[in-house]
Amino acid sequence: MKKFTLLDGLVVPLDRSNVDTDAIIPKQFLKSIKRSGFGPNLFDEWRYLDHGEPGMDNTNRPLNPGFVLNFPRYQGAQVLLARQNFGCGSSREHAPWALEDYGIRCVIASSYADIFYNNCFKNGILPIFLKENKIARLFNETHENEAYRLKIDLEQQRIVLPNGDVMGFEVDAFKRKCLLEGLDDIGQTLQLKKQIMEYELRRQQDKPWLFIQ
Amino acid sequence: MAGKTLYDKLWEDHVVHQEGDTALIYIDRHLVHEVTSPQAFEGLHISGRQPWRTSSILAVPDHNVPTVMDTQISDPISRLQIETLDKNCQHYGINEFGMHDVRQGIVHVIGPEQGATLPGMTVVCGDSHTSTHGAFGALAFGIGTSEVEHVLATQCLLQSKSKNMRINVTGALQPGVSPKDVALAIIGQIGTAGGTGYAIEFAGSVFEDMSVEGRMTVCNMAIEAGARSGMVAVDDKTIEYFKGRPFAPTGSMWNDAADEWRTLHSDEDAMFDLEIAIEGEKVVPLITWGTSPEMVVPVSGHIPDPEKAPKDKKEGMINALKYMGLEPDIKVNNISVDKIFIGSCTNSRIEDLRAAAHVVKGQKIADNIVLALVVPGSGLVKRQAELEGLDKVFIDAGFEWRNPGCSMCLAMNDDRLDPQERCASTSNRNFEGRQGPGGRTHLVSPATAAATAIAGCLCAASDIHSSS
Repeated sequence: MKKFTLLDGLVVPLDRSNVDTDAIIPKQFLKSIKRSGFGPNLFDEWRYLDHGEPGMDNTNRPLNPGFVLNFPRYQGAQVLLARQNFGCGSSREHAPWALEDYGIRCVIASSYADIFYNNCFKNGILPIFLKENKIARLFNETHENEAYRLKIDLEQQRIVLPNGDVMGFEVDAFKRKCLLEGLDDIGQTLQLKKQIMEYELRRQQDKPWLFIQ
Repeated sequence: MAGKTLYDKLWEDHVVHQEGDTALIYIDRHLVHEVTSPQAFEGLHISGRQPWRTSSILAVPDHNVPTVMDTQISDPISRLQIETLDKNCQHYGINEFGMHDVRQGIVHVIGPEQGATLPGMTVVCGDSHTSTHGAFGALAFGIGTSEVEHVLATQCLLQSKSKNMRINVTGALQPGVSPKDVALAIIGQIGTAGGTGYAIEFAGSVFEDMSVEGRMTVCNMAIEAGARSGMVAVDDKTIEYFKGRPFAPTGSMWNDAADEWRTLHSDEDAMFDLEIAIEGEKVVPLITWGTSPEMVVPVSGHIPDPEKAPKDKKEGMINALKYMGLEPDIKVNNISVDKIFIGSCTNSRIEDLRAAAHVVKGQKIADNIVLALVVPGSGLVKRQAELEGLDKVFIDAGFEWRNPGCSMCLAMNDDRLDPQERCASTSNRNFEGRQGPGGRTHLVSPATAAATAIAGCLCAASDIHSSS
């Protein structure tokens, strides 16, 4: 998995609550059996004026000039600033795949849906929680300043603003370690193989009905 | 020390290892479908790993399958996804109900139907509506594709424990009010993020009186309230449901299992982090008016006015009204509809079809309805409905009687809304574009969908029965 340590990234503000994973990557793109290539279809229905389907040449499609991701000043953004309950709805991991493929490495929001939040960590994306008042400040500053960038330090668990102000953030210790080191968590779990086998054997003896084939 | 909640009991029974806040929990049942599994199988293959316990897996294609008789999938990308599932299941020796198997259906319908979901299990699937299986006193939740691979390779998942919430629906429901209305009432009250970080137990006399299929409908939509898992305590109805199901135990093993299942309830002195109370008598037939499942009003009510809403909700409401093509303050009953969808993992079981057929019987769908679909949840539900003659009731009224699948709930196959088309749908999500780009979804119960088909505009079953 991709490591996340330090990021100095341009911020794009997506000023909507309850952004669902159907909006992040619409269902027609879920037919792919690959993990990559979803970036051009990130927020497809908001980003383009026509209807997108898999296999289209996205470079020729008409862009929606009113959608924030298309504003020239936000091109190359790596930090997505959002509101509450980001990533709600479907469990599709295609949502973080699309964000990552587009170039987003960090999302900052006041709250997330649980499944989306977990899925981010599996894909080298750091989702940060901040309080509403801090989110509001970042939205204001992003709107008012061209080329607004944030320095995000996962080791120190802090965000450094352009004027030097610092905002701290919380993240689960295990998730933090996996991101910092880019750990393969299946490999980690398999180090506990013996314990899993013992648990399973015990379970099979105690509750054999769970193992009916 | 306080007693344990049902969730505490299920959680503790599955912890293999604990390190800080992160636990390694064992997974008893892994359900797999075609959309969220190919990348997981590919990952497994690339890393040279094998599935830990193939007998824990049950696979079925549901999202992409056509619902029209005897057709091949015309879309080559959809077809490849289903063929990839078939190939992966053959390669690893995984039990799969293929597209033409009578047991095929929506993964959350067939799990319990087969007894592949049992009380006390952990059940996971790369699908957020896995919460459905919690109706049987199981710990069931949706996972991402990386986690699908993790379960394939290790039979375990790394998880942090959620907080405990209990939603008590007291008293009794009024006639004509369905489990779907209860689900919408709950989401309308706590909001789509109200359950985030919680496991929700649904309790109270309304759930005690509710059928197990009704409980599935409510647990299914726990995720729409933000909770990864919803659950209901085991009772006699739960245990009775599993008798004779293919994967359920028999003989003395059945008795041992049933004894254990009877312990799957919260202790009387269990402590919850949050308790919510709803009076059953006050729940009425509901409908969503906007683009989030929390945007709920009574079917007998009016579209809300953003100007009268709290400031932080106003902009979202204005956006939703614009997308839905609706004006504030109009009567819900005056909104005409183009399509009807009765199906999905929320409402495609036999009781749902019976409820809809009861409303439809002897009537015709309105002229303005361009398509009314009934999509049973599984081949076995379909067969049962046909034995009861429900297919004829629907077909005589002008509905199309289709083959099982996810269908127009998320429109990955050919069943979908065209831009600006309005649909009364028994599914679970009214997000922008969910049922087709530009499509407008109103989430309703099966009875309300059926009544709306007859009237041509949004209405409750009592509206058409009192006027006829």
